[in-house]
Amino acid sequence: VPPEVVRGKRAALFFAAVAILLGLPLWWKTTETYRAPLPYSQISGLNALQLRLMVPVTVVFTRESVPLDDQEKLPFTVVQEREIPLKYKMKIKCLFQKAYRRALEHEEAALSLGSMQEAETMLAKSQKQAEGSLTVYVISEHSSLLPQDMMSYIGPERTAVVRGIMHREALNIVGHQVIQVAQAMSLTEDVLAAALSDHLPEDKWSSDKRRPLKSSLGYEITFSLLNPDPKSHDVHWDIEGAVQRYVQPFLSALSAVGNFSVDSQILYYAVLGVNPRFDPASSSYYLAAHSLPHVINPVESRLGSSAASLYPVLNFLLYVPELAHSPLYIQDKDGAPVATNAFHSPRWGGIMIYNVDPTVYNASELPVRVEVEMVRVMEVFLAQLRLLFGIAQPQMPPKCLFSGPKSEGLTTWELDQLLWARSVENLATATTTLTSLAQLLGKISNIVIKDDVASEVYSAVAAVQKAAEELASGHLASAFIASQEAVTSSERAFFDPSLLHLLYFPDDQKFAIYIPLFLPMAVPILLSLVKIFLETRKSWKKPEKID
Amino acid sequence: MVAACLPRERLRPLAGWLLLLSVGSVAAGRIEDQTEQFFRSGHTNNWAVLVCTSRFWFNYRHVANTLSVYRSVKRLGIPDSHIVLMLADDMACNPRNPKPATVFSHKNMELNVYGDDVEVDYRSYEVTVENFLRVLTGRIPSSTPRSKRLLSDDRSNILIYMTGHGGNGFLKFQDSEEITNIELADAFEQMWQKRRYNELLFIIDTCQGASMYERFYSPNIMALASSQVGEDSLSHQPDPAIGVHLMDRYTFYVLEFLEEINPASQTNMNDLVCPRSLCVSTPGHRTDLFQRDPKNVLITDFFGSVRKVEITTDTISLQPDLEITESSYKKDRMDEELMEPLKYAEQLPVAQIIHQKPKLKDWHPPGGFILGLWALIIMVFFKTYGIKHMKFIF
Repeated sequence: VPPEVVRGKRAALFFAAVAILLGLPLWWKTTETYRAPLPYSQISGLNALQLRLMVPVTVVFTRESVPLDDQEKLPFTVVQEREIPLKYKMKIKCLFQKAYRRALEHEEAALSLGSMQEAETMLAKSQKQAEGSLTVYVISEHSSLLPQDMMSYIGPERTAVVRGIMHREALNIVGHQVIQVAQAMSLTEDVLAAALSDHLPEDKWSSDKRRPLKSSLGYEITFSLLNPDPKSHDVHWDIEGAVQRYVQPFLSALSAVGNFSVDSQILYYAVLGVNPRFDPASSSYYLAAHSLPHVINPVESRLGSSAASLYPVLNFLLYVPELAHSPLYIQDKDGAPVATNAFHSPRWGGIMIYNVDPTVYNASELPVRVEVEMVRVMEVFLAQLRLLFGIAQPQMPPKCLFSGPKSEGLTTWELDQLLWARSVENLATATTTLTSLAQLLGKISNIVIKDDVASEVYSAVAAVQKAAEELASGHLASAFIASQEAVTSSERAFFDPSLLHLLYFPDDQKFAIYIPLFLPMAVPILLSLVKIFLETRKSWKKPEKID
Repeated sequence: MVAACLPRERLRPLAGWLLLLSVGSVAAGRIEDQTEQFFRSGHTNNWAVLVCTSRFWFNYRHVANTLSVYRSVKRLGIPDSHIVLMLADDMACNPRNPKPATVFSHKNMELNVYGDDVEVDYRSYEVTVENFLRVLTGRIPSSTPRSKRLLSDDRSNILIYMTGHGGNGFLKFQDSEEITNIELADAFEQMWQKRRYNELLFIIDTCQGASMYERFYSPNIMALASSQVGEDSLSHQPDPAIGVHLMDRYTFYVLEFLEEINPASQTNMNDLVCPRSLCVSTPGHRTDLFQRDPKNVLITDFFGSVRKVEITTDTISLQPDLEITESSYKKDRMDEELMEPLKYAEQLPVAQIIHQKPKLKDWHPPGGFILGLWALIIMVFFKTYGIKHMKFIF
């Protein structure tokens, strides 16, 4: 065999060896999409997370509330569990941790005062309660603090009063009542269902009227005055004063939920998109209930809400109808005029129609000066704001006296309810985002995960776990902050612009790039390998033939 | 003629039948109500993404297509803040447009679809495949303004309309790049995973448009295309004054159809079928990924905008601060009387600009580049011709 042929064979074999053993792995490694390691197992574990919401309740017994032998057993702690029946894959359990204890001296003194207001003021001075916790005072059966037929009382701060009983099973009965009161003040099925309304399967038979605002880091509230007829009405409103007096206290009570910014504007010649009809019976104009959905769209483009900020915007409009269409009333489905003359749209805002007092026209010529009564307007707007946030009318247990909200319009435990709902919603959103990201990475192989995105995912997973732990131990404030962090990190990771790096580079286009490079190189190597193999096989066979 | 009085034995079963009928009708009414709710879409807001992908004057019809869909969608109620309009070229202010600031859809110039309040979000060279995919998936750099984002949520119905030049499996963007059906399907899957839509209607008006929806695999998508694979979509008619074809046949039919719809109409998607005499190509559709039956889907579910409203029945009670109200009222009145009339601020010193004299530029010595260039020229000259010529220069 001539040496060149042997050298040729060896060269071909070396080429093939380098191409296959060195080149192929190198090409594979350098062209794979970069994916920083992610905690996939932890993310799939988040789906099966069991959320336990703990409400710490302190039950304080005064001297004559329960029989003596029951009083001997104090202090002790009892935990009662309830599963919330939601059709959601994340199971939610509600735990009420009742810590029973005897009343201290100043508490006894406070509860023996004449009226509930005085008792509450004295009690409020002593301690500041953490978010999410409640204190229930058990007073004696014959105490005059509560009216005779009422069994319990719920106050505007995180306190409640329940009537005790002198009975063998006193502790059980009182415990049951305490749970009822605590449930009304903290976690009900409705609150959680409204919070998770986006994640629950759509129940086609229920009306989706209650759709509270999605949880966000901040909100922008805009008050607009619409004056379609400046020739007749010269409208003035003291919006700054009203915001300072009525809206700011409400928003500062809600400040734990997010940052709020308020602005206002006046729009002239802005008309509603619907023509009101004339009702000869009351000689007034009306807007029927079915035409209300068409009112908002034409006016929305003039509100300028898209330029405001990246936070969700809530618009509150005050419309002063034209002279030709005054007075204007809103009719509900049955044809009766609505008392508030206002309507709202979930996740958008509210509109109120302000009719000018007809006596103003008698005195002066047009345009008449109209001074808007801000109190009446703000009562409606704040009620709408409550509804838009999902703070519903509380469901009281039977025979319970409710003191009504404080001057700001929000009780402290309603804020707690909002925080519970938001924490659960944030956790659900963060879990869904992380799970979707993991699923997407499995389905589409072209997505790049850089290191900073990976670190966001890790911090999101850690924040979800921390929030779940804090909820299980009853620390509502830190749980809410952790849940907000979880949502922010997971959204930042999912919506990072770098994930789209290689998306428009599908596989069949890759062949078009590789074939001109690899085929001219691969064909001679493969053919020479085939030739070598055939020759070697022939040379093995040859000795047999000679033999 | 009714008998004067019925015998008593007959009255009782008659009463029973009447009672049963009334109960039955009430129950039927409630069941009807409930089935109606069952078939209604569960969306609370509407978005539209309208894309025109071709540039150059002879592609006038694609811009007119997109603008007519934009016009219909705005007329039926979707506000500008919920529409992302991407136009790859400007036809209204094109130097070749004999009627500037207009874009017509019909040859007798009946309908100017450009109008007075067009808000184009992505214009000219900003319409790229990358920007389009970023809008759909939401992976936008944080400096993007709000009007350029698709801020939909899981209860949004989105209408996506694309037009331009396309082929089997791709759509051409700006004459330089293309988007394939696989990328589009992946983008929709990313939208679905993050629940960025409730239902999606995808309409495409290009040649071989049906190939673009072949690869979709996410649920709740309905797709309409103007032509099948292997067929071309044809344009409607040229206009002799403007000199180009004004619209495509399929979108022309859709525009005519939508002009008859108002926000309260009950027409459904099955009525949107382009007859062969008008659209010479065969329009295609894909509804297997869609959960509801197309005949229960209203046109206004996608082209219009619905708002759920609720009457406000409760108010909270506030205590008015009477003294402060009085004093602030007086203060406002006084402030208003004292204020001067408002006027615009001086923004540019116009008089100075008009009467400016041209400024004399100071003389600077020649820079290093010029010196180096001349040194090179002189060196080459002397190298070639010899040093003896130097005495003639200096």
